[in-house]
Amino acid sequence: MAMMYSEKVMDHFMNPRNMGEMEDASGVGTVGNAKCGDIMRIFLKVDEDGIIQDVKFKTFGCGAAVATSSMATEMIIGKTVQQALEVTNKAVMEALDGLPPVKVHCSLLAEQAIHAALWDYAKKNNVTIEGLEPPVDDIEEIVGDEE
Amino acid sequence: MEQRFVYADHSATTGVRPEVLEAMLPYLKEEYGNPSSIYKKARSAKEALEKARGQVAKAIGAKNTTEVFFTGSGTEADNWALKGIFEAYANKGNHIITTAVEHHAILHTCDYLEKVRGAKITYLPVDAEGFVKLDELEKSITDETILVSIIAANNEIGTINPIEEISRICHEKGVLLHIDAVQAIGNIPIDVEAMGIDLLSISAHKFYAPKGVGALYVRKGVRLPSFIHGGDQERKKRAATENIPGIVGMGVAIELAVNEMEERNKTLIPLRDRLIREIEEKIPFAKLNGPREKRLPGHVNFSFEFIEGESLLLLLDMAGICASSGSACTSGSLDPSHVLMAIGLPHEIAHGSLRLTLGRENTEEDVDYIMEKLPPIVERLREMSPLYEDFVNGNVQPIIMKK
Repeated sequence: MAMMYSEKVMDHFMNPRNMGEMEDASGVGTVGNAKCGDIMRIFLKVDEDGIIQDVKFKTFGCGAAVATSSMATEMIIGKTVQQALEVTNKAVMEALDGLPPVKVHCSLLAEQAIHAALWDYAKKNNVTIEGLEPPVDDIEEIVGDEE
Repeated sequence: MEQRFVYADHSATTGVRPEVLEAMLPYLKEEYGNPSSIYKKARSAKEALEKARGQVAKAIGAKNTTEVFFTGSGTEADNWALKGIFEAYANKGNHIITTAVEHHAILHTCDYLEKVRGAKITYLPVDAEGFVKLDELEKSITDETILVSIIAANNEIGTINPIEEISRICHEKGVLLHIDAVQAIGNIPIDVEAMGIDLLSISAHKFYAPKGVGALYVRKGVRLPSFIHGGDQERKKRAATENIPGIVGMGVAIELAVNEMEERNKTLIPLRDRLIREIEEKIPFAKLNGPREKRLPGHVNFSFEFIEGESLLLLLDMAGICASSGSACTSGSLDPSHVLMAIGLPHEIAHGSLRLTLGRENTEEDVDYIMEKLPPIVERLREMSPLYEDFVNGNVQPIIMKK
């Protein structure tokens, strides 16, 4: 293994922010699969004005997967759903001071998890989020192109 | 318990023993002569080289010291054996039989031989504990088969293969047998004569000697071409000025390892079994990978359902425990270890594997410490896991049954 994680990645891995479940979530998204070793689930609580009041996550995966989930939740709390859609995997990576190249797919998974939760929220509440695409089932198809 | 440092990754590598370092030092300092030179200073290096060859030969039961060739690693020995036999026996055939659970030094060499050199490779399946299927071996041998290459003891799950039976099958059919004994040497008895082994790979750093040195045993009469071309070293088969300090260290280390093996295993095996027992008692949804008997003395490998191996290693590392995993994240690919796949583990379970390999310096206190740290770490990761959440909420059934 012997890969170097940044201090920020290790901090978010050791002290994950917003880890847990949410009873009355406005939207829940789960992406990835156990086969490839990463699953992320994001819970959103969105108020009437479309502002994300709270976020929780659960992740099955490596250190980078946990850290990107944790960072992603921090980056979308307090944002509108539209702004949350614009949080990219690159922004998450930058906020973590980078990821080893083989771990870039973890940040993509975090982005997808947010999108999947937003999609769920939009569907349940009959809201349109401009530019939001339905979640992809097989995250690997995306990863393949990016790496 | 106070924070400790517990090295539990002896299958990855070991630290050089003080006695070994002591024996090596003169050859790093004053005895720097090149064994190929003729003056007196070089003679001691040459003598040290031949003494070490004798020590290795004796440790593996070789009849002649000339059957031992030093290499730069176990991987080199594996490469040489496979590529060399393929080349030398091309007139007999192009078929090599190996197993699905070999080290990459074998698998990737076979892959090369198949794709670039036109070899036919059969990968024998293994059973759920990792033992090679002997009936499959027997059926796979054809008139074209020139070599069978099988791992003596598996690096990932510790399974010890029945070498004598494998050898009997090979020799009844007149096929050469290469054994990758990298994990086995110093842990279990290996005797090339008694076991009927034609070629054997050894790596020094697995038995408390330095890295960068290994050996290939080649039975007298087996045709093996030169692997590295250049000078006359290693009877012109493997050119390059010999790594004398490393070779001296290897000689001393293999002698110590083999002489102390029986005594050491009297404590190491019970220590291993205690660790296995306590993990099974204290951590639910844990599955031992590999067999309970016929298992390398210090070798423990478990799968923990609902969690992923790299996270586990990072948290263990923070607690001062060095271990390894067959998870995809630790291999740099998306697939978990080929060994765990070959014994039939589903991906979910293979990603959550943990290998703890104990060695000569580990104590009961080390196992106490592992057992203090490991269960809460597994628990912590399960609390983070959406898979575990689904299980707790009754949405999925566990793959590993609760004890």
